[in-house]
Amino acid sequence: MIYFLQQTLNALQLGSIYALIALGYTMVYGILLMINFAHGDLFMVGAFLAFALATFLGWSFVPTLLAAMIALAVLGVVIERLAYKPLRHAPKMSAVITALGVGIFLEHLMLAFNPYPRHMPELMPVHIWTFGQFSISSLQVLIIGLSVSLMVVLDWVVMKTKLGLAMRAISWNIKIVPLMGVPVNRVISATFAMGAALGAAAGTLYSMAYPVIDPYMGVMVGWKAFIAAVIGGIGNIRGAVLGGFILAGVEIGVAAVLPTTFRDFISFGLLLILLVVRPHGLLGKPRVEKI
Amino acid sequence: MSKIGVAGIWAALAFVMTTVWAGGGEPTIKIGVIAELTGDIPAVGASCKNAALQAVEEINAAGGVDVGGTKYKIDLKIEDNGSKADQAALCAQKLIAQERVLAIIGPNASLGAVPASSIAESTKTVLITPWSTNPKTTLDARSNKPKKYVFRACYTDPFEGRVLARFVRDTLKLDKVAVLYDVASEAPKSQAELFRQIFNATGGSTVAFETYTTGDRDFSAQLTKIRETNPQLIFLPAYYNDVPLVVQQAKRLGITAPFLGSDAWSSPDLIKLSQGAVEGYHFANHYAADAATPEAQKFIQAYQTKYGKTPDDVAALTYDAFGLLVEALKSAGKVDRKALRDALAKVPSFDGVTGHMKFVEGSGDPIKSAVILQIKDGKFVWVCNAAP
Repeated sequence: MIYFLQQTLNALQLGSIYALIALGYTMVYGILLMINFAHGDLFMVGAFLAFALATFLGWSFVPTLLAAMIALAVLGVVIERLAYKPLRHAPKMSAVITALGVGIFLEHLMLAFNPYPRHMPELMPVHIWTFGQFSISSLQVLIIGLSVSLMVVLDWVVMKTKLGLAMRAISWNIKIVPLMGVPVNRVISATFAMGAALGAAAGTLYSMAYPVIDPYMGVMVGWKAFIAAVIGGIGNIRGAVLGGFILAGVEIGVAAVLPTTFRDFISFGLLLILLVVRPHGLLGKPRVEKI
Repeated sequence: MSKIGVAGIWAALAFVMTTVWAGGGEPTIKIGVIAELTGDIPAVGASCKNAALQAVEEINAAGGVDVGGTKYKIDLKIEDNGSKADQAALCAQKLIAQERVLAIIGPNASLGAVPASSIAESTKTVLITPWSTNPKTTLDARSNKPKKYVFRACYTDPFEGRVLARFVRDTLKLDKVAVLYDVASEAPKSQAELFRQIFNATGGSTVAFETYTTGDRDFSAQLTKIRETNPQLIFLPAYYNDVPLVVQQAKRLGITAPFLGSDAWSSPDLIKLSQGAVEGYHFANHYAADAATPEAQKFIQAYQTKYGKTPDDVAALTYDAFGLLVEALKSAGKVDRKALRDALAKVPSFDGVTGHMKFVEGSGDPIKSAVILQIKDGKFVWVCNAAP
């Protein structure tokens, strides 16, 4: 029982981070029908920014997190303006390839500065509470709590505000909505900014939980989060959150019961089966004409 | 037109001349180095490059190597394999076919050394890997016989697995251990398997045998599983960048059992990245900087003045690989890949920075001893030697 609880907690921690990154993929896809493959690397840049602020300026958790989120929001918008906007009317494939290129560019930019893995300093003291065999750290509480709050805020923005309404409208039809006076470019920028800021939050929290960072750290995590977004139904915000927790649950669950070698094989196998049964993901709506 | 043609011929001639007689008329020998300068383990590549530059500088400052009465300077060609197997193979091809090097030092990680050594073997070019401990590096996969042109300056995984299993049984006197290793990486995998085999054969029991995959950051599922089995020690043959994450996550899960490491722990970056979390743990290594011979002290001091840090095992082994190469060149009598190979196989014995070594008859694997180190106050401290 305690073993089960402990593994559930492990899955919740990992799932929160997958979900935060998956949101970035799903938001951009929702509005532009484009898979922003650079998102995993934005997450990495966020972690490095947090590292730099904490190490060289000695900032504590809250300012580090906020500054990293704001800086990445700006970077997200800049990337959208320079790399994706000129291709908005080009075939979707061009934008996806550009996104891959932006991701590799970011990796090698970091690599050029610093090829070495770095140690993330502790942004706040970590307490560990133990109840018999069960142990929980203040960091886990923070990661799960903060991620869930950010997701709730995002859901509120998308569902209840005017900006959210505009986003959903553009996602419904990008050609007609501008005719109604919706500033498409500004809404798209806001979407990229929010996605990148969530990526920075994920990067900061992730590097606190797993305090060795390197320029390739975003690749695998980015793929996993992308898969989480697909499981949940890419384009659907609640789906991305659900997908993140499901993927982490399956990964930890498989590793907990079977030899760990089976982990990725089984979790990706489940994904394939799911996609055969529900090609548009758990909460996604079937969309026939585009891609 | 004819003017351009003549200029072209002169340019081609000049090119040929410089490749044969680089450095203003002095005869040189081209030696290639393949190192992991970028990728997962850049500290390994940096140590290899540093030691190679130092070795060559010393050789050239002494006037070069005397081969059959002529003094040759060494011309170093360094390639980065990015810690990738395919890139390592590409580097080997480039150095052999394009740069036409006489011999190659590296790659260090077995992941790259195994493919690079196959290329060296098939093109009959001497390759000495400083740090690759995997048996496959010097063994031909098809015939299962030793490769003729591939040598190494370090001991092998089976030997290290045996040394560590014995150390846990005989010195630490423990009988219940867990193992956690990277199943996608050659050296940790064979070390883990051999450790378990020998540990169980000598009366111990391996209560958990868990794996992860290169690039994983979250080990909580495996560690929670290990915690259930209550081991007295956890063997973690992992590269220095994974170790801090595993150790820290274990502590957060309330695991108090100490960890035991392999030679892949030996980078000073381990201390920097883990911030005290590895204090008191033991690991096996190729040499101990604090228990070195006077000859080795000379190298360590020179390295320290040049680079401002203590050389790790990769640096020491790279230096020894150059030592072996020079030794063989002197007795080869001519600058020729085949002659060099024969001379290297016949080196009677060599006393390097990492101790005394001698190649096994008909194989590129040396017989040499290992050391057990302990991490104390953020430094690697010598504990004992383990004879072959």
